[in-house]
Amino acid sequence: MDLIESYQEELQLIRKPWTRVWVGIFVLLLLLLPWYAPEHITYIATIIFIYSIGVQGQNLLIGYTGQISFGQGAFLAIGAFTFGHLARLGIPWPISLLAAGLAAGAFGLVVGFPSLRLKGPYLAIATLGFGIAVYQIFLNFEVLSGGRMGMIITKLSPLFGLPRITFNYYFNFLIALVFTLAMYNIISSYMGRAFIAIRDNDIAAEVIGVNLARYKLLSFAISSFYTGVQGGLYGLFIGYLEPNMFTFMEAITLFVAVIIGGLASVEGSIMGAAFVILVPQVFSAYKEMVPVVYGVTILIVLIFEPLGLYGRWFKMRLYLRNWPFR
Amino acid sequence: MTLFLQYAISGLATGSIYALVALGLALIYRSTRILNFAHGDMTTAGTFFAFTLLGLNLHWGLAFILALLFGSALAIVFYFSVLVPAQRREATQLGQIILTLGLGLILQGLVSYFGGTVPQSFPFPLSDTKIYRIGSVVISQLSLGTFGIGLFASLLFYLLVQKTRLGLAMRATSENLPAAQTMGIPTRSILALSWGLAALLGVLAGLFLAPTLLLDPFFMLEPFLKGFAAAILGGLNSLPGAIVGGLILGVAESLAGGFVSIAFKNTFAFLIIILVLLVRPEGLLGTEFKERV
Repeated sequence: MDLIESYQEELQLIRKPWTRVWVGIFVLLLLLLPWYAPEHITYIATIIFIYSIGVQGQNLLIGYTGQISFGQGAFLAIGAFTFGHLARLGIPWPISLLAAGLAAGAFGLVVGFPSLRLKGPYLAIATLGFGIAVYQIFLNFEVLSGGRMGMIITKLSPLFGLPRITFNYYFNFLIALVFTLAMYNIISSYMGRAFIAIRDNDIAAEVIGVNLARYKLLSFAISSFYTGVQGGLYGLFIGYLEPNMFTFMEAITLFVAVIIGGLASVEGSIMGAAFVILVPQVFSAYKEMVPVVYGVTILIVLIFEPLGLYGRWFKMRLYLRNWPFR
Repeated sequence: MTLFLQYAISGLATGSIYALVALGLALIYRSTRILNFAHGDMTTAGTFFAFTLLGLNLHWGLAFILALLFGSALAIVFYFSVLVPAQRREATQLGQIILTLGLGLILQGLVSYFGGTVPQSFPFPLSDTKIYRIGSVVISQLSLGTFGIGLFASLLFYLLVQKTRLGLAMRATSENLPAAQTMGIPTRSILALSWGLAALLGVLAGLFLAPTLLLDPFFMLEPFLKGFAAAILGGLNSLPGAIVGGLILGVAESLAGGFVSIAFKNTFAFLIIILVLLVRPEGLLGTEFKERV
């Protein structure tokens, strides 16, 4: 929709001054949220931030690289329990969080290997198998999961005399912001373009000089790094971990968030994360209906708006910008 | 040795359930190249339908037949109302797989809303406690029945696909869709029929599985995933492969549970998936995957 004239311009996050204004206002509103919104809303927004990290990771894999993974639940669990064990040993949270991401990333690398040989549905099943195997291993080996009673993690104590909820909000907001900016940079770099090339046509990508093995594995590793960090942050936020928090359903939720939010878009990932968190809140009186809402939305999105919420948003902006001309 | 035989026999009964599920998945994959993630939930819906009918004091034979028809009707309706419009809008293969995932979520939610999430026991004409002895091996009436129905359904299905005109049309459609259309085969109805048959096989498996487990909206999840494993093991586009894969998986899992560790039993199937996909992606009897990059 924009005419890009130079590479510098391509690298810019925001190209129009007006966009800069409203994005600035939006970020400001988010920054001030704990001061005007009720506690409940702040709490939900915090969870959305945590989720948006994992959804971005999943979107990098599905939307940008075009590799399907149903094993995201496993990376969540690996990240969360790595974080839990390290935090219990008294290691400070930045190191444990990094280790959580790295552990998940390392397993992502392992899961990435089948992707070198498998495509489409077959890869989906291989990752599905991995996800379920990891869940069951955590379920059956209490050494890993901290036993039947679950694993207690000491929460962060608030700094600067802020209330706990507000502190958690800012903490997760900053981390999510860092990861979102990192994601934008990954996508607009050589790496991101290599991922997109692999998605569009892997043989052609190989021919023009993209190292297929390296970039497929890298995509898996980065994606699971993000997911692992989400797991760690979630554990730190809730203060409690058990294997049943990371079932097959959790992987499906991440997947649904990507599809509904919009494939291959960072903003879409955040919208998708908000969707999967807000729907259970809105339908809390009809818990059984939550999957129905997910399912119906998936059907509608895939048939009528394959680009998801982001696509709708994009078209709306385009319409307003060109108004009254279509 | 007795112990080995005992495990193998009980594995065969579970294996025939997996085989039925795998057969349905393979049938759909073969004809439409779609992995049906809603298979488990369609099965659950059918089984719950039978459960409701039994609660209305209907005769079990009638209830079961109605449930089988209900399951296949569900699949056919999904095919016509969702997949066909999606294909008209040129949905990708991945998109169609995700559509089945969406259907699965919808069915799962509806079943838990109307059926309740409390596990219930499923009344069944065959008993789990009445046992027969063959030499030193014990087999329950229910396992025998399950194994029998698995073999019988597979045989009927084989005859349908290999010996009838309808089966010929199904094979033609799965082999080459445009060519089949040119030959005047009503491919759309044939594909709808394949979906219906697959769901029917799934519901059959669900009906025979429900008495051994407790009936709740998630009871089919694990057998469904194992059916997937079995289909992969045998080769996703091979129907005999699905049956062989199901039986092998059932026996192997039962032996692993008996001799290695019971905690390891459920993980085993998923490790098999990964190993098979890494070593021989086309499965034991499949023929696909000749592409190289």
